[in-house]
Amino acid sequence: MTSPASETQITHLRRLWLYLLSGSVMAFLILPIFIVIPMSFSDTVYLEFPPREWSLRWYRKYFGSIEWRDATWISLQAAFFTVLLATPLGTVAAYGLHLSGSRVAGLIRTALATPLMVPVILIAIGIFFLFAIFGLNNTMLGLVLAHTTMALPFVVITVSSGLQTYDINQEKVARSLGATRIKAFLTVTLPQIRLSIYSGALFAFITSLDEVVIALFISGGPNATITRRMFISLRDQIDPTIAAISTILITLSVTLFLLSQLLGRRHRSS
Amino acid sequence: MRSPRTNGKEYPHRDRGGVNAEVLVAADRRERAFLLGLSGGALLLVTVILVLPVGWLFYLSFVTEDQFSFDHYLRLTESRSYFLTFQTTFEISFAVTAICLLLGYPLSYLLSQLSARAAAIWLIFVIIPFWTSLLVRTYAWLVLLQRRGLINTWLVESGVIDEPLRLVHNFTGTVIGMTHIMLPFLILPLYASMRTIDRDLMRAAANLGASPVKAFWQVFFPLSLPGLFAGIVLVFVLCLGFYVTPALLGGGRIIMWSMQIERTVTLYADWGAASALGMVLLVVTLAMLALLSRLFNLERLFRSSS
Repeated sequence: MTSPASETQITHLRRLWLYLLSGSVMAFLILPIFIVIPMSFSDTVYLEFPPREWSLRWYRKYFGSIEWRDATWISLQAAFFTVLLATPLGTVAAYGLHLSGSRVAGLIRTALATPLMVPVILIAIGIFFLFAIFGLNNTMLGLVLAHTTMALPFVVITVSSGLQTYDINQEKVARSLGATRIKAFLTVTLPQIRLSIYSGALFAFITSLDEVVIALFISGGPNATITRRMFISLRDQIDPTIAAISTILITLSVTLFLLSQLLGRRHRSS
Repeated sequence: MRSPRTNGKEYPHRDRGGVNAEVLVAADRRERAFLLGLSGGALLLVTVILVLPVGWLFYLSFVTEDQFSFDHYLRLTESRSYFLTFQTTFEISFAVTAICLLLGYPLSYLLSQLSARAAAIWLIFVIIPFWTSLLVRTYAWLVLLQRRGLINTWLVESGVIDEPLRLVHNFTGTVIGMTHIMLPFLILPLYASMRTIDRDLMRAAANLGASPVKAFWQVFFPLSLPGLFAGIVLVFVLCLGFYVTPALLGGGRIIMWSMQIERTVTLYADWGAASALGMVLLVVTLAMLALLSRLFNLERLFRSSS
């Protein structure tokens, strides 16, 4: 305890407060999330920790409810199509911008990053207004277009960063040996940047699945997303079914996080 | 992507002349156009879905009854309810940013002093919340802070208080929830920036006789300021435009800027007013982000958190 802790010879004891404060902050960050998991198995309406009686009633309520099942299906569909649309568009854009390196490319990069810079409420009401004109409100197509726009910056940034560590000369070698540009890209470059592309796809998926504000405006009725239902339900009362849904979402998040770490590790070792 | 031989010139072939110069320049131009054109799909989508609607809203904010006017903007400065909204938004943003700063700086400091491997493990405590859905985290606080929630139940049962505290559907609950969301946004860039501070500097200070506390305040802290300011600006900007958490944890009593915009559209259908509110928020946000980009490279932030 009285041994030096750092280069400046401060002892562990003297900075005990630092360890306690840091531990508290970490607990503050992680505990509320994980406490939801056992609470979702409470039998009572006012969720308890630890639950006095364990039961799956809230899970049964979730899986048994047509509205929740429909909403889940809509969200998954939207996320899937978002990945399908955002990943190629973003990858190709990142590739072109990376090779270009001109000032215009820099401007285009900034333009593609605007979904990250403009407040999302403004984007949401803008889209709502636009979709009202074309009848795209409350449609899957509209939802996918909106979510793809929001996901694009993540794909572009992720694939761009992957391209930075990739030696583009390999493509030039392939082309000098006679391959067309497209063939060189598909057979030489694409396999080597695939991990960044998977990461980008992962971010696109999560962006769409977790998106709340835009969905509030443009996904209604039969095309309501799970985020919209959760938000409206939480605004009115605290439905314990949401604890079950949250547990499922937490499990999904942790899984996707581990997946991203795996992709990162394989990228570094390749 | 210019090879060293071109000496940074855009069209080297043109300068060197020769029979093929024109053809090569044209090929060069076509190549560049093609490469930029690859972003066409993405650019088209972003323009149609985002830029055009926001541009239209910009136009709407200057229109009252089919005439150009500053009415909507003037009303922002005159109306009492708008003033309250601005006040609430800034109060909450300042409060959340200050708390994140006090809680996040020590943790970032400690993590930056550990070995990279150890830090990576402890950072999971920061990154997993970052990856968890916003709604789930907000819900967790709703459940914990409510009258018959966990915190109140424990406090009452252990005799610390007699009556449950009103921790949610008010300012307090909103601040707690938003702090939880915003902390990773402060910790991650700050941690990354602190990691780049040379350890030898602190050793040198110790060698020269500085006490640990003095060495920290005179050497480490000033070097950590750019990363700190970047984190503060980022958190503040995110707080300004935040919608979900204040809407749920504020119980209708906390009206933030984004909520005002939403109400103006859904309850009053006053697009002009909503657009004016939105444009002011946009300008303030962009100004702060421009400041942020001076302090810290956003792309580096993104890579270090994934």
